[in-house]
Amino acid sequence: MSIIEVTNLSKRFGDLEAVKGISFSVAEGEIFGFLGPNGAGKTTTINMLTGLARPTAGRITISGQDGIKNIKKVQRFIGIVPDESNLYNELSGFENLVFCASLYEMGKREREARARELLARFGLAGTGKRPFKAYSKGMKRKLTIAAGIIHDPKILFLDEPTTGIDVESAGQIRELIKDLNRKGTTVFLTTHYIEEAERLCHRIGFIVDGKVVAVDSVNRLLRETQQENTVEFTMDKRKAGLESLLQKSFPGITVKEISAHKVRIASPEEIELMPFMQFFSANNIKIKEAKIVRPTLEEVFLKITGIKIHKLNKEKEGGAK
Amino acid sequence: MSRAFWNILLKDIKTYYLKPPNISWGIIFPVSWTLMFFIRSGGAVDIRGILPGVMALSVLFGTTSMLAVTITFERRQRSFERLLVAPISLNQLMLAKTTGAIIFGVLYAFVPVLFAAFLIDLSGINWFFTFISVLLIAVTSTFLGLFVAVSVSEVFEAQTFSNFFRFPMVFLCGLFIPLHNLPVFLRPLSYLLPLTYGADMLKFSINHAGSIPVWLSILVLVAYGAGLFLFSTYNIQKKWID
Repeated sequence: MSIIEVTNLSKRFGDLEAVKGISFSVAEGEIFGFLGPNGAGKTTTINMLTGLARPTAGRITISGQDGIKNIKKVQRFIGIVPDESNLYNELSGFENLVFCASLYEMGKREREARARELLARFGLAGTGKRPFKAYSKGMKRKLTIAAGIIHDPKILFLDEPTTGIDVESAGQIRELIKDLNRKGTTVFLTTHYIEEAERLCHRIGFIVDGKVVAVDSVNRLLRETQQENTVEFTMDKRKAGLESLLQKSFPGITVKEISAHKVRIASPEEIELMPFMQFFSANNIKIKEAKIVRPTLEEVFLKITGIKIHKLNKEKEGGAK
Repeated sequence: MSRAFWNILLKDIKTYYLKPPNISWGIIFPVSWTLMFFIRSGGAVDIRGILPGVMALSVLFGTTSMLAVTITFERRQRSFERLLVAPISLNQLMLAKTTGAIIFGVLYAFVPVLFAAFLIDLSGINWFFTFISVLLIAVTSTFLGLFVAVSVSEVFEAQTFSNFFRFPMVFLCGLFIPLHNLPVFLRPLSYLLPLTYGADMLKFSINHAGSIPVWLSILVLVAYGAGLFLFSTYNIQKKWID
């Protein structure tokens, strides 16, 4: 069942059409990743979904509510974690959480108990009295996520949750996101770390130049991009003329030698391993490992959008300066 | 008012209004103005005569300065977005963000009264009407500050833009120079400024010397306050939620 339904959503800033009639849906209980280069329309889309921007055209339905007309009702059950940790520098971690809880009409005892619970859950219990400005980047990010879920939202919007923080904190945040999702929270996340999206998300939408160019499950995106089957063999030794021998014995395959001890065989048909094992054995070559090579999400992204991931990352780093 | 309203107000009071620079501003400003008149008049200053003007100025400068921090600064830090995406109506949110300035504006107005109480006899003042006048000046000035705060994106711009309104008001609103002493061509401008009406109400309640009908002053100040508030919320919707 869809918890977010977006239909023909557009956003125009003067002459610039930032989002061009996009449609997609997010199922209840899934982690949905929104990927695209800088200026593709990711943040504008999140802003429209959360009430920070008004769409020029189109429809948003969130949990059965009109996400444009009834945005204040919708905001009761959504949580938002912006790309910058934007809590109050002067307030302590505990005070920040208690204040954020009060915005959702939670009673004093309830919000204090929830703040303590979240500080403990995010490993910040010992620093709850410290002012937010004294927190490290990773701690700030965790507290900002804690503030986003203080009212136990049905849907959590996360904009670049691990950008600019250390590896350890990023790993902890990914685990927290998975844990939240296991407990039933639907997560809508934008990230420029493609491997993060691959590891975390059930489904992914690619947005380029204001248009959604693909939306599917990670597995299906990988499968559909895979035009040929590839198997990689790791051999104990190299044999001269192996490539032509293989080509002769198995017409229709493509042989790619990728290193002295590794050879890749590609075919539009399904590859049966046994004939190859017999071939290698007959040629006195021991096979140490044979594995099926699948395309990465990075390759899928490149194929669909024509944008190289390193360019995506560089753009983001440049934009963050 | 909702729980969110009170908590936003309390957070602002704790985080901004009760900070030493703000409190010292409320004390130093009226003292400086009184001292200036004291030096200028060679020691024979008419404290009761200048009291309405000093009170009105304390409110005007106190309230308009605060909004630059509580709104423009938070907007710059992006913490204001947190409030915009909370399930609280924009009107209630902006009232929560401005009520602190109104409360402290009223308190600042009575700092010069406190000083004056040690120096002169304050009998004969209509305290109820003085309070209403101060409250109306505080509301109008706060919403003027709100209008400025939502029209700019940097704190320094807010301060600069505020001064375009504040300093002309010092001289054009009859605070220290009576309106009839102003050049004729400037008088219509004086009647366009809300502080003229607030200061006149204070003169009436403190010195029984107002020249504008009280009902008209109240009407103008209420209309100014409502107009500035509505225009500011419209501006927020258009510029910040668009």
